[in-house]
Amino acid sequence: MATALRNLAPADAARIEIEAFLEANQKKSLLRFITCGSVDDGKSTLIGRLLYDSKLLFDDQLAALHSDSRKAGIAGDGLDLASLVDGLAAEREQGITIDVAYRFFATARRKFIVADTPGHEQYTRNMVTGASTADLAVILIDARQGVLTQTRRHSFLCRLLGIRSLVLAVNKMDLVGYDRARFDEVVEDYDAFAREAGIESFTAIPLSGLNGENVTRRSDAMPWYDGPSLLEHLETVEVAPRRAAEAPFRMAVQWVNRPDQNFRGYAGRIASGRVRVGDEVAILPAGTRSTIARIVTFDGDLAEAGAGRSVTLTFADQVDCSRGDLIASPDGAAEPASRLAATLVWMAEEALVPHRTYWLKIGTSTVSASLGAPGAVIDVNSMAERPAATFGLNDIGRVEIDLDRPVPAVRYEENRRLGGFILIDKLTHETVAAGLVEHVSAGSGRRVGAPRSEAGEILWIGGSGTTDRAACAARVAARLKVGGRNVFLLDDEALDGLIAGLGNDEVARAETVRRAREVALLMSRAGVDVVLEIDARSDEAWPGRLIDPSQAEREGADQWVI
Amino acid sequence: MNAPASFTRDRLTHLEQLEAESIEIMREVVAETERPVMLYSVGKDSAVMLHLARKAFFPAPPSFPLLHVDTTWKFRDMYALRDRVAAESGMELIVYRNPEAERLGINPFDHGALHTDMWKTEGLKQALDLYGFDAAFGGARRDEEKSRAKERIFSFRSASHRWDPKNQRPELWSLYNAKKGPKETIRVFPLSNWTELDIWQYIYAEDIPIVPLYLAAPRPTVERDGLLLMVDDERFPLRDGEVPVERSIRFRTLGCYPLTGAIESEAETLAEVIQEMLVATTSERQGRAIDRDGGGASMERKKQEGYF
Ligand SMILES: Nc1nc2c(ncn2[C@@H]2O[C@H](COP(=O)(O)OP(=O)(O)O)[C@@H](O)[C@H]2O)c(=O)[nH]1
Repeated sequence: MATALRNLAPADAARIEIEAFLEANQKKSLLRFITCGSVDDGKSTLIGRLLYDSKLLFDDQLAALHSDSRKAGIAGDGLDLASLVDGLAAEREQGITIDVAYRFFATARRKFIVADTPGHEQYTRNMVTGASTADLAVILIDARQGVLTQTRRHSFLCRLLGIRSLVLAVNKMDLVGYDRARFDEVVEDYDAFAREAGIESFTAIPLSGLNGENVTRRSDAMPWYDGPSLLEHLETVEVAPRRAAEAPFRMAVQWVNRPDQNFRGYAGRIASGRVRVGDEVAILPAGTRSTIARIVTFDGDLAEAGAGRSVTLTFADQVDCSRGDLIASPDGAAEPASRLAATLVWMAEEALVPHRTYWLKIGTSTVSASLGAPGAVIDVNSMAERPAATFGLNDIGRVEIDLDRPVPAVRYEENRRLGGFILIDKLTHETVAAGLVEHVSAGSGRRVGAPRSEAGEILWIGGSGTTDRAACAARVAARLKVGGRNVFLLDDEALDGLIAGLGNDEVARAETVRRAREVALLMSRAGVDVVLEIDARSDEAWPGRLIDPSQAEREGADQWVI
Repeated sequence: MNAPASFTRDRLTHLEQLEAESIEIMREVVAETERPVMLYSVGKDSAVMLHLARKAFFPAPPSFPLLHVDTTWKFRDMYALRDRVAAESGMELIVYRNPEAERLGINPFDHGALHTDMWKTEGLKQALDLYGFDAAFGGARRDEEKSRAKERIFSFRSASHRWDPKNQRPELWSLYNAKKGPKETIRVFPLSNWTELDIWQYIYAEDIPIVPLYLAAPRPTVERDGLLLMVDDERFPLRDGEVPVERSIRFRTLGCYPLTGAIESEAETLAEVIQEMLVATTSERQGRAIDRDGGGASMERKKQEGYF
């Protein structure tokens, strides 16, 4: 980057130059990209080459590079560039989960963050994680092998995660004699596939990572190619598609800033569009309207602010707004949704349990979510769909999700920041899946979270000891009856006809809970108090209240009933 | 970033994006954890992290305290800046010193690796337990060394503060899963995606106060075991034949003065420091003795033990 500066003595002229350089450097943009390739396609060599040629390596790293290269027996001044980005082997041996390693380099125009996804075992999970924040993907192909199944898989995942800028890096051109015909053939193959896969456009570059041809400089070995080198393309390609800037204004509220009575600000990062002082906005999911009074930052108030900025907004009038709400343009920028149709990427060793409830984090809301039966699983290699009873690690499939209260949501296609979500296991707190919102709806109309005055109570008796549970349930039911309530004790026996033939594995158990919940909801609506005495996990015990028999015993079983 | 009031540019610069991302991370932590704290080591990364925290919660001061896990062996200039900056930020400053290390007089000259273990590793665990902090911001960056490249932004620790490599969560988009069990804690690294150059540029652009030791000046030094050490106070035991020599030096990283190597430099201004950086010298961890014992895997080991 600073080749010109390198030769200057730290004299006054240099000082002026460095200051000018810093000013210019201040205006750099940022590009996040992901590199996709299978083992041995030359991914590490290519990234190493970018780091090496952008000259942001330090002496000790260089020294290590030269000594590693000697150890590896690489002849002449050939460097083992791949060793610059390795360093994950040890972790792999220790069984450390590595999903993505991030590398950094910069040129005079741009700073780059590279998401490097190692390993093939967990490939889908890793790639999806890396791709979730990438603006662009470099898809590596070995020129000798051409378009392979994995090329299709990489492209499919990139497109699924919303990456619109694709670079087809046809690598190891030195091994096919820098042959134009071979390059054209590979590009033609890919083009046919891309059309089929709905990929609108891509940029193909012939290169040799090993020799540095068309990586950071244009190649003399391929005079027939008149496009940019990979780095030139990365430096100049349009990022942060205008879409985000032109889309309606949306900002999820992260934090209500209330230092004293006189100030109440709503802090968040703008997900799309622009906001100006005086704009009318809607606060979702409630739908309340207000007007932006100030856009507050540490560096002074702004008149307007656009996507990507972290700001604090204030309203002209007092309205209810809290973490999880979405401040948005009033014209249908988002809908409150209690039911989502989504594509899930399953990331946990433990498979999905249908109808179990998970935490779902979307935007800045975290809600309890109940997964419907898994729909089709998509084969990442052929893109064909097949029915599935559950999702296992690395499966991608469709599912319907019911939320316990409405959240503001938009489709992933429209906005990655607000249409992507994660599922969290309520017991282990593991992130078990990544989700993409495909379709949003207000739900089936039942407001499970909103208690109605005439509705009956729903009480879940927890604990795994069956005797304890039964005794506790009987006591609770008796007390309610004494209080004049209409009570129904819902246990396995009462459910008998509804769960006949379900079997007795974990899936059957979760399904039993779901059916019991539906029955309880209906009865509650009819004004009946329901005491559920079934084998439910604490995170499944909703809506209503969970009573722990051991706790209830100690407290005299009084306070909680009334 | 001193943006004009009528800001109309569509695209954010790289520093603006890094800033916005770090602020977003800090707000998530404050919203989702019970009792966060910011580890403040007085170095340049801490300086940037603190500055970002003040931006994130403006006009309120950040609601969490600063925690300095002290070893009593920091440079004098560091203590001076720490107290000044904490007062300016309006935040509570907690200084914690491991009483056991204090009692035993643990020091870097006589106790080698034990110095770091007791003052820093143990000290940090004790402080987190004592105050019941469940989330701690740290200023580590992914570009510091190869093994950090895959570190998460939210890094989970067991109840005994151990880093469980098998229990780290994938991080998608900007959705951070901060759910944790009782007694589990999180280390959060809001500067993960910053490079050393970004840090310097940001300090330059935002005029953030830093310890003067980062800029070159004539200082008393001795050369020992390949490190250029500064004789910061009378506690420095000179070996036979060692005579402090005045050299123009600066530091790329600051820790305990007897463990932190300086580099010879004439860069007296920030701009000159950045210029020297661009002419790439040695990566910053070289100056720290801590990474040397035990070879390359030692950072990883320290992390598993609960050291940052
Ligand atoms: N001839 C040739 N070999 C290459 C090229 N790029 C990488 N290689 C070699 O291919 C092998 C695998 O490369 P590496 O970068 O480790 O691949 P990775 O597994 O995708 O990270 C190594 O032996 C490299 O030297 C290239 O452009 N030309």
